[in-house]
Amino acid sequence: MAVTDTSPPGTNFAMGRYKRRKVSNTITMGLAIGAAAFGLLWLVWILAVLLINGLSAISVSLFTQMTPPPGSAGGLLNAIFGSLVMTVLGMAIGTPIGIMAGTYLAEYGKGTKLAEVTRFINDILLSAPSIIVGLFIYTIVVVPMGHFSAWAGCISLAVLVIPVVVRTTEDMLNLVPGSLREAAAALGAPRWKVIVQVTYRAARSGIMTGVLLAVARISGETAPLLFTALNNQFWSVNMNAPMANLPVTIFQFALSPYEDWQRLAWGGSLIITVAILALNVGARMLASIGTKKGQ
Amino acid sequence: MDMAVKASDISAASPQARTQRRNDFLFRGATLFFALLVLTLLGGVIISLIHGALPALKAFGFGFVGTEIWNPVTEKFGALAPIYGTLVTSAIAMLVGVPVSFGIAIFLTELCPAWAKRPIGIAVELLAGIPSIIYGIWGLFVFAPFLQRTVQPFLINTLGTVPGIGVWFKGPPYGIGVLTAGLILAIMILPFITSITRDVFETMPAMLRESAYGLGATTWEVVRDITIPYTRVGLVGGVMLGLGRALGETMAVTFVIGNSHHIASSLLAPGTTISAAIANEFTEAVGETYTSSLIALGLVLFVITFIVLALAKLMLVRMNRKAGT
Repeated sequence: MAVTDTSPPGTNFAMGRYKRRKVSNTITMGLAIGAAAFGLLWLVWILAVLLINGLSAISVSLFTQMTPPPGSAGGLLNAIFGSLVMTVLGMAIGTPIGIMAGTYLAEYGKGTKLAEVTRFINDILLSAPSIIVGLFIYTIVVVPMGHFSAWAGCISLAVLVIPVVVRTTEDMLNLVPGSLREAAAALGAPRWKVIVQVTYRAARSGIMTGVLLAVARISGETAPLLFTALNNQFWSVNMNAPMANLPVTIFQFALSPYEDWQRLAWGGSLIITVAILALNVGARMLASIGTKKGQ
Repeated sequence: MDMAVKASDISAASPQARTQRRNDFLFRGATLFFALLVLTLLGGVIISLIHGALPALKAFGFGFVGTEIWNPVTEKFGALAPIYGTLVTSAIAMLVGVPVSFGIAIFLTELCPAWAKRPIGIAVELLAGIPSIIYGIWGLFVFAPFLQRTVQPFLINTLGTVPGIGVWFKGPPYGIGVLTAGLILAIMILPFITSITRDVFETMPAMLRESAYGLGATTWEVVRDITIPYTRVGLVGGVMLGLGRALGETMAVTFVIGNSHHIASSLLAPGTTISAAIANEFTEAVGETYTSSLIALGLVLFVITFIVLALAKLMLVRMNRKAGT
């Protein structure tokens, strides 16, 4: 009654606008919450399916027997072994290269054109499709050798490791305070000694984090192994021959029409995922220890 | 008398200083060598791909990228179908993935209670760590049958009858196909774009956001009028990094795309992408032309992703410079 009469002109309009703003805010924020729920839904769905199918395939024989021909029982021992060997050797090749290159970028190359270009190229390599790396190693290693080999697999994994390690090493070395370097230099330590004995030590947990993340990245990679290491139905320790590995075995077994092969594929998937999640969690814990120490 | 000692006197006199100087030189040289190795790695990739692709490019010329035919028997190859598949699956992934990722990032930065921020953030990042082959096996055994039973019949009966866009949703529900591959890619790039978007949102000075709230802006208005304009360049960079990933993703797509070198008008039909074609056929390819055509496909993929990633990098660098000043 009187209330509406006394309100100055325009207030109703303003109230309407206020309500509209409120409503559009509620709608969009509802959508954002919905998006978050939607995103988590997939994580839960995928992990649940993986757990249900994978756990039913996990048994002792999975870790003690070789990949079987279709229709008979077996395990994934040769594939697990091959994956471990190639991951370890790939890391052994890639890590030193990555740390050294990262050291150049952080310690010597600061502000130079070369470092800037290298950093840019490294970032491109970091997100380049891994199948391209497979093709690259195929043309420069497999073709000259004349056959697929475990070495070719290791090298392609190493190529994937390098950019990850370069990136984290550089970032972590940059976090080391300059005063530490200056203090060591003032004591008369030469540059290389400052880097090896002071900055590396200060950045150790950060660099280790990067290395763990690199292991996590390559242990699930399939595409670069498809035509470098290929796969092997049998136990093989020959680095010059095709070697069994988990990802390619999963790929082949999952697409096969045989039910026991498909079950093995689920078991292998669970093993890989658990290993990678453990590596990620480990890297995260290592990183948080490092930052706590730094504070 | 002059007691001043020059640095050069010491180093010349002391053999220890000389050793150290040599060690310094060697260490610096070693780090430089490996930095250059990283540089040559990319050059090596380009050269080896061009070298490997030459026979195919000689045989088919530029028509290679413009023809749909893919016949290993007659040794006639064209890249149009895989290129089309790569672009369409990535487009679907971006259409679905980008809005959802932005939504999650807005939720994490503006709405999420503090105690849940870390666990949800970590969950999103763990999702990014799951290897693509896991998405593939899940897609093949769970997601594709699910789509075939529920979503695809629904799409055929509703959108399939609409004139115009109806052709995209016609035909039998195979389960596997271009749409399924695009949706799996969307799920895969979700965590990736989300974590970049969240990081980019957090570069914005809190002062700006708080001033807007102080003026009475709603959360949505702050996001729309302050956060997004301020972080625009970084957001585009993050989205393009996600696109680079979707374009080159191999295993998840290979499982569910159906590997058919035929461009169908329907999104429900099987197709192929560049990476899926290489992964499926490379080890079985016989003859120089076939292998070389697959490497040429790889070259096309590399050129596309290189351009996308380079643009993304440049944008993120610009963003960081702005945040730094």
